[in-house]
Amino acid sequence: MNDLILIRKNLFRRKLRAILMMVSILIAFAIFGVLASFERAFNAGQDRATPDRLVVTNKISFTQPLPISYYNRVAAVDGVAQITHFSWFGGYYQEPRNFLVAFAVDPENWMKLRDSDFVFSPEARAAFIRERTGVLVGARMMEKWGWKVGDHIPISSNIWSQKNRSHAWDFIIVGSFSARIPQADTNVMLMGYDYFNETRSFGKDLISWLSLRTTSVAANERVTNAIDGMFANSPYETTTDSEKAFNKAFAAQLGNIALIVELVVGAAFVTILMIVGNTMVMTVRERTREIGVLKTLGFSGGRILRMVLGESILLALLGGLPGLGVALLLITRVRDSLMSFVPTLSLYPDIAAAAVGLMVVFGIITGLVPALNAMRLNIVTALGRS
Amino acid sequence: MLSPTDPMIDIVDLCKRFTKGKETITIFDGLNLAIPRGDFVAVMGPSGSGKTTLLNLLGGIDRSDAGGIEVAGERLDRLSESELSRWRASHIGFIFQFYNLMPMLTAAQNVELPLLLTRLGRKERRQRVETALGVVGLADRVKHYPKEMSGGQQQRVAIARAIVSDPALLLCDEPTGDLDRATADEVLSILQVLNRDLGKTIVMVTHDPAAAQYAKRSLHLDKGHFIEKELAA
Repeated sequence: MNDLILIRKNLFRRKLRAILMMVSILIAFAIFGVLASFERAFNAGQDRATPDRLVVTNKISFTQPLPISYYNRVAAVDGVAQITHFSWFGGYYQEPRNFLVAFAVDPENWMKLRDSDFVFSPEARAAFIRERTGVLVGARMMEKWGWKVGDHIPISSNIWSQKNRSHAWDFIIVGSFSARIPQADTNVMLMGYDYFNETRSFGKDLISWLSLRTTSVAANERVTNAIDGMFANSPYETTTDSEKAFNKAFAAQLGNIALIVELVVGAAFVTILMIVGNTMVMTVRERTREIGVLKTLGFSGGRILRMVLGESILLALLGGLPGLGVALLLITRVRDSLMSFVPTLSLYPDIAAAAVGLMVVFGIITGLVPALNAMRLNIVTALGRS
Repeated sequence: MLSPTDPMIDIVDLCKRFTKGKETITIFDGLNLAIPRGDFVAVMGPSGSGKTTLLNLLGGIDRSDAGGIEVAGERLDRLSESELSRWRASHIGFIFQFYNLMPMLTAAQNVELPLLLTRLGRKERRQRVETALGVVGLADRVKHYPKEMSGGQQQRVAIARAIVSDPALLLCDEPTGDLDRATADEVLSILQVLNRDLGKTIVMVTHDPAAAQYAKRSLHLDKGHFIEKELAA
């Protein structure tokens, strides 16, 4: 026997109570795992944002267009090192429920700008620039639909139509690309803007937004002011912001996920903390006499404190780790169906590590009061011998 | 270091008071007592005479207000709480009226508890546990839980737990108070063997004159003072 066995035996002396407490903790950490993973997925854009990248959108909303003519005018602003433009395609494959993240871009400049996020093979790079009807598809999207380079794929848009009234475009997959950094999402399709612009029936020469890299972070403010000043009082006034702020605003369309996570997890934790804490206090109080006996045998107050804390931490881990397992299972199950909306949804190791840390903190908080009470317990009082 | 001629217990001018609300109750006021090594003393007396308090003081689980208590060569009134814990672990074996075994541990695990405070290896701990349970005649009840044993068997496990770390002094608080006569006699016989054959000094608080017969001598405590009676061994 050792202290760990003693702790385990104490914990499971009332099996039903221990199991109910573990289930409570399991639920709390399952909620934490799932919501934290969603929050991470929603904010992945912010995580991958680099400080020297800015985004220029319509001042009214980023859903409003900008003229393509802005592209050259912004490119000429002092301090702009690289620039590209994006146009939201609103695509789907075969059926509207097969939603695709697809943009029309300026191929050469887009690849230059995103070279730090993605890996492009020389063949894919050349083909995407060369082929007017070619699309470049990210590795995850290729995998999801079982596509391969050279495939002809009909892609429809729920926004745009062709001049012949058709909503479908026939594209050739000319290449694929993979992520250079973990946060970079490859569940995306890019098509050439020129082909898209020529064939669509309306919205000609308009784009969704501009994305640019400045010569240095120090130049950001000056470039921002120059761009927004240049288009002030025009029919298409602009707002220039950091890529991080833009991605955050994009994610905010789905609500303030971080706040929801904090509120839900916080409420669940406080509730379960009180339940488990109260139960731990009762559990230790029931054992007053036994703690007195242990002290009589020579167990020091410090050792008793460590044993009670060890019990509450063990309880938190026994409940919390399966909770993380449940979260992993849930995320794995829903990941494929939500890939288009939250492509980077995953229970990342750092979230799991944070959860384990939280379990230990949870165990310490719930066990601290009963542990201190046990440590300070007077033997004579505990044994009812006064 | 305790020499063979030194007393196991030496109490000089011991004072102990309790405060209950605004009232102060004096339990001992200048108590003196010397118990030699290897003695087996029964402490008797009416309720409230201070028997249990004396046992608590001798075991270092309660503090005196004045006077000196020297047990096994150590001045208890000069030790800190942590020093007292360590001292108890190596010098004192407690036996309670209601056994006070851990219900979720087997007999062997209950007996092993004091050894967790030592540096003994698992194998040596197991040997000592087997020996202690053998001494009390429970070698075949190693894996039994307290609820699976009779009161007498539980008290014998408690005795094994008290002697497993080989303490010099056993303090027994009404060890047979919860047992029938026959079982009580078995338990008292074990205590007698521990005293006679293994040289353990035993101080036993009891209300039972028949139990006191097993001791070498009996001390009657009344209003904080002793009246000694010699008994036939």
